[in-house]
Amino acid sequence: MGHSYEKSKKIAFKTINILGLITIVEVVFALAGKGYIIEGVEVSTAIMALVMIALSLTKAYLIVYEFMHMKYEVPALVKTVLLPVGLLIWAVIAFFTEGNTWLNYRSNLKEKNEEKVENREVKPPAKQESMILINDHNNLG
Amino acid sequence: MADTLTHHAAEENAEKLWEGGKQPFKISYGKLMMWYFLLSDAFTFAGFLIAYGTLRVSMPTWPVPDFVFSAFPGGLHHKPLYFVTVMTFILLFSSYTMVRAVQEGHRENKNGVVFWMILTIIGGMGFLGSQAWEWNTLIAKEHVSVTTNPFSAHTEYGVYLEGDGVDIKEGDTFEPGTPYLIHKHDGEWHQLDYRVTEGPDAGTVKEQEFGPKSFGALFFFITGFHGFHVLSGVIFLIIICVNAATGLYIKRKNGYEMVEKIGLYWHFVDLVWVFVFLVFYLI
Repeated sequence: MGHSYEKSKKIAFKTINILGLITIVEVVFALAGKGYIIEGVEVSTAIMALVMIALSLTKAYLIVYEFMHMKYEVPALVKTVLLPVGLLIWAVIAFFTEGNTWLNYRSNLKEKNEEKVENREVKPPAKQESMILINDHNNLG
Repeated sequence: MADTLTHHAAEENAEKLWEGGKQPFKISYGKLMMWYFLLSDAFTFAGFLIAYGTLRVSMPTWPVPDFVFSAFPGGLHHKPLYFVTVMTFILLFSSYTMVRAVQEGHRENKNGVVFWMILTIIGGMGFLGSQAWEWNTLIAKEHVSVTTNPFSAHTEYGVYLEGDGVDIKEGDTFEPGTPYLIHKHDGEWHQLDYRVTEGPDAGTVKEQEFGPKSFGALFFFITGFHGFHVLSGVIFLIIICVNAATGLYIKRKNGYEMVEKIGLYWHFVDLVWVFVFLVFYLI
């Protein structure tokens, strides 16, 4: 499409080589970052994740644009397929924020479960007071 | 006057473009609908993968991928990510052979189409076989299930008070993030005891806890859903390959469009694997 047979053949061969190379780089980086290749060298998870995501998106681009011929389609078609995918950016942000909140809830819950109450004489407080106490306790977290 | 005329002509053209019989996107109906099907499928997969990410960040600890996926055929161990890299290359290779089949189709070369499609089918089957081996290792040897997950990682510094006879010896120390696998012998789980050496709980004796339950369910469901896509892809590849071999598409004279359509689907399966590979194995 858009190219002669010989040229398309060349492009496909070049693309598959780049894809293979990126995959090798990803695996080597994943192992090197965790100290498997050089003893004692470790990279922070955040940097690792960012590099991996960037490399994977490059692979996705090559597969969609070269192998699936998106590069040679009419711009309007490209837009109808790719623009909706943009919605996922918000889905990722929203859900990861949510996941972080759950993590905080979990650690808070664990903390509260492990809290030990000293043995002391409990004076039965007046009803009104006990309500305030419960509220105060909830506010601690 | 001339202005209104050109305007009128443009309007008429636009009307003609959309009134049927033409292809505004310069692509056939079948291929266009394949694109939209793949778009919807992408959302399904994205939903699953985002659910995985959300649950993973919500847990204080998570199985370490390069520890979980470190077995290799032939009884080899401690080969982190080797096998899954082989699987990735099998799928990438089959994607390349698919491109070649489509290109041979464009120049109406029947034998070329069939040859490259057979290689693609072999690649797809190779991937499915590898996945079966991986699942078997996890289920039969390491006893991971949809509800039980013996893989986890420590959150404290400590020292083991007993060994499991495989990897862990009595007196081995560990730090936060050190992975472990709880072994099962004769139908019984052996959770090892350890003493915490640092932090507020220093000195207390604890036993290994099971990992987040959702790991098994997410892994089997998501890779299973992808594997099911590969399986149906292989079935359609076989059908279309047989059709091509019998000369059905020669009569249609449309540059083997069916091969192009299954090609789009096959590349999509490869595309999804790029992201499954990313979230399950690399990060």
